[in-house]
Amino acid sequence: MHSDAFDRYHHGHSLIHHLDPRVKVLVTIAFIISNALLPDGAWVAFALAWVFILIANAFAQLGIGFTFRRSFIALPFALAAITVLFSIPGEPVTSFRFVMWNFTITDAGLLRFISIVIRSWLSVQMAILLVAVTEFPKIVHALNHLRVPTIITVIISFLYRYLFVLADEVLRLLRARQARSAATAGISPGGSVVWRARIAGHMAGQLFLRSYERSDRIYNAMLSRGYKGELMTIHPHHFHASDLRIGAASFLSLIIMQVAGRL
Amino acid sequence: MHYSPVPLHIPDGFLSFVVSLICWVITVFTLSIAISRTNKSLGEKQVPLMGVMAAFIFAAQMINFPVAGGTSGHLLGGALAVIVLGPWAAMLVMTAVIAVQALLFQDGGLLVMGANILNMGLLTAALGYGLYRSVVKGSYTTKLTVAGVAAWLSVLAGALATSLQLWLSGTSNLQTVVLAMLGVHSVIGIGEALITVAALGFVLRTRPDLLGEGSASAGGGRGWIIAGVVISLVVVLLSPFASVNPDGLNRVAMDLGFIDSSQSGTGPLAGYTVPFFESASASRIAAGAIGVVVIILLLFVLSHLLRKRTA
Repeated sequence: MHSDAFDRYHHGHSLIHHLDPRVKVLVTIAFIISNALLPDGAWVAFALAWVFILIANAFAQLGIGFTFRRSFIALPFALAAITVLFSIPGEPVTSFRFVMWNFTITDAGLLRFISIVIRSWLSVQMAILLVAVTEFPKIVHALNHLRVPTIITVIISFLYRYLFVLADEVLRLLRARQARSAATAGISPGGSVVWRARIAGHMAGQLFLRSYERSDRIYNAMLSRGYKGELMTIHPHHFHASDLRIGAASFLSLIIMQVAGRL
Repeated sequence: MHYSPVPLHIPDGFLSFVVSLICWVITVFTLSIAISRTNKSLGEKQVPLMGVMAAFIFAAQMINFPVAGGTSGHLLGGALAVIVLGPWAAMLVMTAVIAVQALLFQDGGLLVMGANILNMGLLTAALGYGLYRSVVKGSYTTKLTVAGVAAWLSVLAGALATSLQLWLSGTSNLQTVVLAMLGVHSVIGIGEALITVAALGFVLRTRPDLLGEGSASAGGGRGWIIAGVVISLVVVLLSPFASVNPDGLNRVAMDLGFIDSSQSGTGPLAGYTVPFFESASASRIAAGAIGVVVIILLLFVLSHLLRKRTA
């Protein structure tokens, strides 16, 4: 597997790409918090938030609809919110019969449902943008600067580094299983569901042993290169005046959104 | 790519700010204990091990097996991680896994990450470790059986916590979300239990030495056992209660100021039954039956424990 099969980074030299990762992480988190704080039905503020994302997309030179195209990942979860359509008291908007139940959608329920979905949809777009314009190791480095405990960022760095390697290992295991699961016409391959789950479990156990032994080798290799219990980087962050300006402008926009949402 | 999202990851926007914040406080508090404990007990060698184990959990979630009709099951890994790594290390590993899922794949939100870590990392670790720890000196079969029960219950605990957070945020109707989440996850949990048992059995047979120090066999554990049994009991007792008698919980949440009456759905929904669950007697009986079985299992674990202590 190619090492960037999991990566969501889009290489570029735009203004946003060169922004200090700490600023990008902070603005992303602030944007998501701001969404969560907006009241239901704050349409102007929601629109402003979307314009904010579109502008960020444009500055990142990714194409203005970049995050929009990939933003539907969280939509299935909207199912969890579907009950508010019917359960919040208000003026009935429409009602329909489904098999043997009557459903009445209320205006208050509709308002809340749409607000929840929009908040989620906007927040996901911002997170997509963050990983598209920031290399993952830089995000982790920024988290470290933002006081996330070292042991967690170190584990995340290792996870990111060896995910590709272990994913390759999994692909080998899956290929081996497939190679031994020949089917003939009329006879389904393999045993019952329980049997198939057991085989998957044995593969997970096998993967565990291989990972465990690999971590031994990794540790020895790291020791031989002078590992002293912490990861080093040769990319120190430099905070520029432009970082401050863009960060301040972003936070000002968020405040405007909050005010607009409460007018 | 094989990467498949897990339906338990809450995206941003579905939890209210207050609920997200409370979950973050609980998560940060627990993780700070976990960090100070691991810093004390683990050598620097354990750090690469935990990192690779986090990658292992991530990669193991790619191992799927066909179930029926084009659907497939796969491992979630929380219970397996805690049995192999011990509770504190497993909490950190699961935190890293959930953080990467959210940061890299937008599978789960950032503001709600505290809730996701709590549901899928911390609860799973406490419950799984507590139950498994209680039989760690038991026979091979006992260990695997309890590991399976722990894996199943840990998935249900996550689903129940997720449902409650969605309800407290005014996103979902309590009865519907609890029934739907527990219904789906009691099936997902069976897959999780089967894979966990098979994987653990494989490791126990081939490299029993790996499950020695630093894992579930080491360290004091009475507190963990109590925590595990208590969380299991809460899951087993609260689930049927929330699905059969949601008005009681709604009242509590309103008194605590989490939701107002306009969000709770007690008004027009009071005489209103939920689709698919209208034949409530059937689902009540099913929930009750499952509850009884699990309580018997827990009593078995407890009595086993007490007997050993007095012996």
